[in-house]
Amino acid sequence: MNSLRALLLIVRRSLREHALSTTVTVVSAALASGLVMAVFAVAAQSRAAFAGGPVGFDAVLGARGSATQLVLNTVFHLETSPGNIPWSLYKEVSEDRTVELAIPYAVGDNYRGLRIVGTTPEIFTKFEYVEGRKFEFVGYGEPFDGDLRQAVVGSEAARISGLKRGDVFQPSHGVPVSGNAQNPDGNGVQHDERYVVTGVLKPTNSPSDRVIWIPIEGIFRMGGHVLRGTGENFEAQAGAVIPDEHKEVSAVMLKFKSPIHGRRMEDLINRQGKVATLAWPIANVVAQLFERLGWVNRILELVAYLVVLVAGGGLLSSIYNTMNERRREFAILRALGARRRTVFSAIVLEAMTISVLGSFLGYLVYGVIMGVAAAIIRERTGVVLDTFEWHPALYQTPLAMLAVGAIAGIFPARKAYATDVASTLSRNL
Amino acid sequence: MDLLHVENLIKDYVSPDGEVQRVLEIANFNLAAGEQVAIRGSSGSGKTTFLHIVAGILAADRGSVRFDGEEIVALNESQRDQYRARELGYVFQSFHLLGAYSALENVILGGAFGSGGDPAFAEELLVTLGLEHRLKHRPHQLSIGQQQRVALARALAGRPRMVLADEPTGNLDPTAAVEALELLRGLCRNQGAALLLVSHDPAVLGAFDRQEDFAVLNQAAKGVTP
Repeated sequence: MNSLRALLLIVRRSLREHALSTTVTVVSAALASGLVMAVFAVAAQSRAAFAGGPVGFDAVLGARGSATQLVLNTVFHLETSPGNIPWSLYKEVSEDRTVELAIPYAVGDNYRGLRIVGTTPEIFTKFEYVEGRKFEFVGYGEPFDGDLRQAVVGSEAARISGLKRGDVFQPSHGVPVSGNAQNPDGNGVQHDERYVVTGVLKPTNSPSDRVIWIPIEGIFRMGGHVLRGTGENFEAQAGAVIPDEHKEVSAVMLKFKSPIHGRRMEDLINRQGKVATLAWPIANVVAQLFERLGWVNRILELVAYLVVLVAGGGLLSSIYNTMNERRREFAILRALGARRRTVFSAIVLEAMTISVLGSFLGYLVYGVIMGVAAAIIRERTGVVLDTFEWHPALYQTPLAMLAVGAIAGIFPARKAYATDVASTLSRNL
Repeated sequence: MDLLHVENLIKDYVSPDGEVQRVLEIANFNLAAGEQVAIRGSSGSGKTTFLHIVAGILAADRGSVRFDGEEIVALNESQRDQYRARELGYVFQSFHLLGAYSALENVILGGAFGSGGDPAFAEELLVTLGLEHRLKHRPHQLSIGQQQRVALARALAGRPRMVLADEPTGNLDPTAAVEALELLRGLCRNQGAALLLVSHDPAVLGAFDRQEDFAVLNQAAKGVTP
């Protein structure tokens, strides 16, 4: 057995001898490590998922106001709509030569807290949420007929509501805000209209999964809905055509023939006066939102660092408190020929071992936190985080914990280093 | 050539009130390789201090302690640690076994810091001492006599050239003391290690051909002060 193996034996025995404090310290190191990894990973993945997730559109055209609110409302199906824009504007941009696809959205209703979006069948036939991938139906499902009271249900919405092909449901007035399906905005009055589900969509891992799609005409004609396309109130009558001038939409989702055409569209919208806002590019709008919310992340990071500091302090004190009882052990080891640096190293190694064990356990904590966070984010927004996606924090944090452990071990190690062999042995005759 | 040669060794202690007290002053002491010597001395006479200096645990104030021709007093602390690890075995009066370790681990550690511990040899020593069924027992699970034997095995685990024994039978009854002494002397003889033992027990001292009286050896005990 060489000195290294002797060192490992000393560390092993000490950890066993102080099993309770070792366990508590390992757990606190694991919580600290897992928390730090999760804070960084959740922040990075949320940003990546929200800013770079499957959107399929380049821009959103909506009522004059906040571009962020517009994107949240139409892309992530959160928050309330900032208002409506006239149908004519939708027609104008949809006919623009730079626009490849323009799809109108109209919101304002829900079913059991799940957002209902009125749109055109093009969302199923032309729209690609990821390049080359359109919405796909489960089984024999099919798009709704734009002139009938039919609905298509997103995968998550189907899971939550239990709706399946052939089911009939009645929408209620109001939209869920902040992704809270249990607390829809509005008065919750149930409409008389009944919609038949024509299909359920396969998961896309995007916020669209939480949506129930119906024909936009259905929103116009929903009982109690008042259209103000021209500024005058207009209520649709059964069987009668709705003149275009009365129609209005919450937003128009735009896909340009080339992403650079967004600039030209901005100019076009600005020429309309203060009637509309173009949120373009969508990823930038989301990125700006994250920039504005950066302080929240910084506070979380600060809390995580503090937890690491507390864990380091706990590690230090748990080992330091054993130093008096272990002074005799060090003196005996020194009498057997162990050098000062050997006992010093044993203590530092012990602290580092606790850190390493804590870091390994930290991956479990990280997995749990990520799992819960991913489930909540998916539940509230439909955005899917990849729990197992690599992030530099996953190796930087354990390394940092190792350094914290080594630093925390230095203080008690100095005490062990300073043990006076002769006097300690004499006192313990 | 002597294995251990001590010459004009002096150790003083400074009391808390600043008074300098000489506890050790040895003009000359020799120990040949493989020789076994018993030093008779009463409690508080400075014999443990003497052993600590010979072992390099304590630094001498003046004088010379040469082991196999090498000056121990001139070594720095780390070198003294290595000297202790490679050349010495130490049996303490109260055994000083490590409570968190098994009997076998205690013995292994006895040789771990020198040329490297030999678990097989450590086990062989314990078997020789009749502790083959107590290898994994921790000290508190052993009788006093068994603890003593583990301490003996530990002192010899590093194949030392010299064993220092400080009242090694002080905690044993007379029968166990004689038995332990025989084991210690036999093990040293078998390994060719010199034995320097201090005791105040006449039964122990009587077993040695060469005995030294520490009261004679230590001039400081005669009232010589600096």
